Amino acid sequence: MIRFENVGVTYTEATAPAVSGLDLTVPEGELVLLVGPSGVGKSTLLNAVCGLVPHFTGGTLTGRVTVDGRDTRTHRPRELADVVGTVGQDPLAHFVTDTVEDELAYGMESLGLPPATMRRRVEETLDLLGLVELRDRAITTLSGGQQQRVAIGSVLTTHPKVLVLDEPTSALDPGAAEEVLAVLQRLVHDLGTTVLMAEHRLERVVQYADQVLLLPERGAPARLGAPEALLADSPVRPPVVELGRLAGWHPLPLSVRDARRRAGPLRERLAPHTPGAPDMPQDPTAAGPVAEVTAVDVRRGRGTVLHDVGLTVRPGETVALMGRNGSGKSTLLRTLVGLHEPARGRVAVGGHTPHRTRPGRLLRHVGLVPQDPRDLLSAESVAAECRDADRDATAPPGTCRALVAELLPGVDETLHPRDLSEGQRLALALAVVLTAAPPLVLLDEPTRGLDYAAKHRLVTVLRELADRGHAIVLATHDVELAAELAHRVLVLAQGEVVADGPTAEVVVSSPAFSPQTAKILAPRPWLTVGQVRRALEGAP
Amino acid sequence: MTPGPLTAPRSAPLPALRAPLANRTNALHAGAWWLWALGLAAAASRTTNPLLLALLVAVAGYVVSARRTDAPWARSYAVFLLLGLAVLAMRLLFAVVLGSPVGGTRVLFTLPEVPLPDWAQGVRIGGRVTAEGLAFAFRDGMRLAALLVCVGAANALASPARLLKSLPGALYEAGVAVVVAMTFAPNLVADVRRVRAARRLRGRPDRGVRSVLQVALPVLEGALERSVALAAAMDARGYGRTARVSPAVRRTTTACTLGGLLGVCVGAYGLLSADGEAFALPALGLGLAAALVGLRLGGRRAARSRYRPDRWGVRAWLVAGSGAAVAVGMLAAAAADPAALTPPAVPLTAPSVPVGAVTACLLGLLPAFVAPLPAGRSAP
Repeated sequence: MIRFENVGVTYTEATAPAVSGLDLTVPEGELVLLVGPSGVGKSTLLNAVCGLVPHFTGGTLTGRVTVDGRDTRTHRPRELADVVGTVGQDPLAHFVTDTVEDELAYGMESLGLPPATMRRRVEETLDLLGLVELRDRAITTLSGGQQQRVAIGSVLTTHPKVLVLDEPTSALDPGAAEEVLAVLQRLVHDLGTTVLMAEHRLERVVQYADQVLLLPERGAPARLGAPEALLADSPVRPPVVELGRLAGWHPLPLSVRDARRRAGPLRERLAPHTPGAPDMPQDPTAAGPVAEVTAVDVRRGRGTVLHDVGLTVRPGETVALMGRNGSGKSTLLRTLVGLHEPARGRVAVGGHTPHRTRPGRLLRHVGLVPQDPRDLLSAESVAAECRDADRDATAPPGTCRALVAELLPGVDETLHPRDLSEGQRLALALAVVLTAAPPLVLLDEPTRGLDYAAKHRLVTVLRELADRGHAIVLATHDVELAAELAHRVLVLAQGEVVADGPTAEVVVSSPAFSPQTAKILAPRPWLTVGQVRRALEGAP
Repeated sequence: MTPGPLTAPRSAPLPALRAPLANRTNALHAGAWWLWALGLAAAASRTTNPLLLALLVAVAGYVVSARRTDAPWARSYAVFLLLGLAVLAMRLLFAVVLGSPVGGTRVLFTLPEVPLPDWAQGVRIGGRVTAEGLAFAFRDGMRLAALLVCVGAANALASPARLLKSLPGALYEAGVAVVVAMTFAPNLVADVRRVRAARRLRGRPDRGVRSVLQVALPVLEGALERSVALAAAMDARGYGRTARVSPAVRRTTTACTLGGLLGVCVGAYGLLSADGEAFALPALGLGLAAALVGLRLGGRRAARSRYRPDRWGVRAWLVAGSGAAVAVGMLAAAAADPAALTPPAVPLTAPSVPVGAVTACLLGLLPAFVAPLPAGRSAP
């Protein structure tokens, strides 16, 4: 269905090709998962299929890409619109119209399909994606998961033979991600659609893939093959595969179910051990809390976003906020930095009321790395960003630079923050926030768009921060991250705290929020592969 | 059992006439809302009587509050109201500072006058401020504000994208550009909020003129990035696919459109100038006809089809008709009693309440009863 013949892409002003020597065929009706660390050219490869590379992005394409027999060199993206449906990373950037029903019809209108056909397909797609209730809603009022489903629906109505998706579940909570993946599986099974998808959260998607297309590193040849075989020596691996390698299972399991069926002996080997809990702060009573939220309500417009929320954070403690998209996680973080004024209740951070404190002073007590770290970065280069940060925090010159050297070793300081990778940008934003040495650090969805290597670095950095006595609160959908880092998990639903307790207790008992390792080794509370490895290595 | 009169639903002597709940099938044509609003605006432009203008604004406001949805574009009404107030304030300020063309004898206060050189004769800064001058400026400003509020009402009641669906195919691509530009403003507001929040996070002041200037650059950058992303998405979804047409048709299209526009220009000029009546009407008619043929032929190039365009039904006629009735009624009232509709500023007189014009204005309330009721709202 999709053929790459010796394809290479070089962007203008780039010294090295973004993708080179691609020679492969994606057969019809398969779900192919594109795997690889950030910056190996996954997005370039996806955009080459729909023709946006090179027609829209510029650059030079060598070789030939054909989709359903059409050559992308001679067909512009709009002439491929009836065979390829593309959904990018940000669904909001994809929407052209303002209501759900119009959005679903937009692609068909462009192709000039007859009104009766359009009507029928819109109704079918509304049912397929469970969007019937939302058909008249304005798109901007939908939640992230709903928007992602509308975006997929809007390209499905033209009945494309190929669906190209760039990180379709990264921004979604575990429940919404499963909805989207279930829909994709139905398309592959029932309609024979070919799906090519890039995704960093392998643990969510790898079990659905027929084949994996691995781009191991920049410049290395791409490999297409069965997931079990390729993931064994891939640089990026989901926990279930990691555990399988640790336990020496063959062939490697890809789903929790496969792994559970083989986990009997491992469970027995682990029986004498107890999972080492993440260390709690040395003496919780010795130091006063760095932040206290008492019975807080936050309203936006007419809606109550947070209701009667209480939270106490002590030095050295890491708290994970979890819950659906739109459950109030970000609002709670933003309230802690004074971006929202509580309608009721009390917020105290280091003895100050955030929304009444001058930004310059608050900086020393709490810092937030927002969902998109780009928001925080405004200078022309990394070095300039550091100088600004020192000045904002009135820290001695060089403070931020030292932090960058620690968090981002070997980064070129003349680079524009925009040219950094997602993970590097996050590290830079974290360094900027840490320049003022706030005892409380907040992170909103820090692993969005990060590959496993970047995530691993982030975990190490955050652990060190916690050891040095910083309190950390992170809002995340990433259950694996919460399992590795958090002492405590707070689950929010509709703006209320529905669970609050030690990570092991909260996540193991929840089907949506428990990490893969916990699912495989249940009922014992093993949360991460690391814990298991330490237990096995320590055993005689 | 048939329900007796006692168990009949409340206040429904004629259930068939009650406004239905709105859905996609019975949605009122966006053009009907615009015609209604333009009717009100036309009426507002014929009068400077502040009582009538206030009544028109109240009528528009009532209909908007009764029939607008919860969609984001429906919130623009408040913005237009504020804009109207700003226009009024500005007009009064100019009248105070620069004086007023109407003279007047009742001096309220005198500002120190700035002496100006001879070549600036006729321009005055400061000086006497008369009650007549202020009243004139107030009425004039209010007329402008009322026009703005009428446009705001149409904006709040009809989604701009729906109006686009009713455009001829040849104008579609230009129309998309306009609609995308219109959604730009709300996005920009959201961006400004985000960037200001980020400034706060960096510990920089988020108030004051300097902070506004420093916010501008990242906001524009973000807007630019978003438009590029949108253009890519639209291209990938088939925007701009064209059907093949023969060169002859293409040439005829161009000739008709250009010739038609020229004809319309000449005709309009003739109508407005003193002695062009002889050629004005034929030129205008021919120009319009040619332009319509051009649009029709141009539509052949567009391969687009339309998904569930709004249908023009009885309720659309009623809504558009009520707007037209307001305009016609006001014109008639103006012809019958010019003094009541444009009360003279010199000598200063209290505005009267002409019964005919008031009745005409009240006709504009009809949509609040006949237009379908948006879901999730109760009847007014």
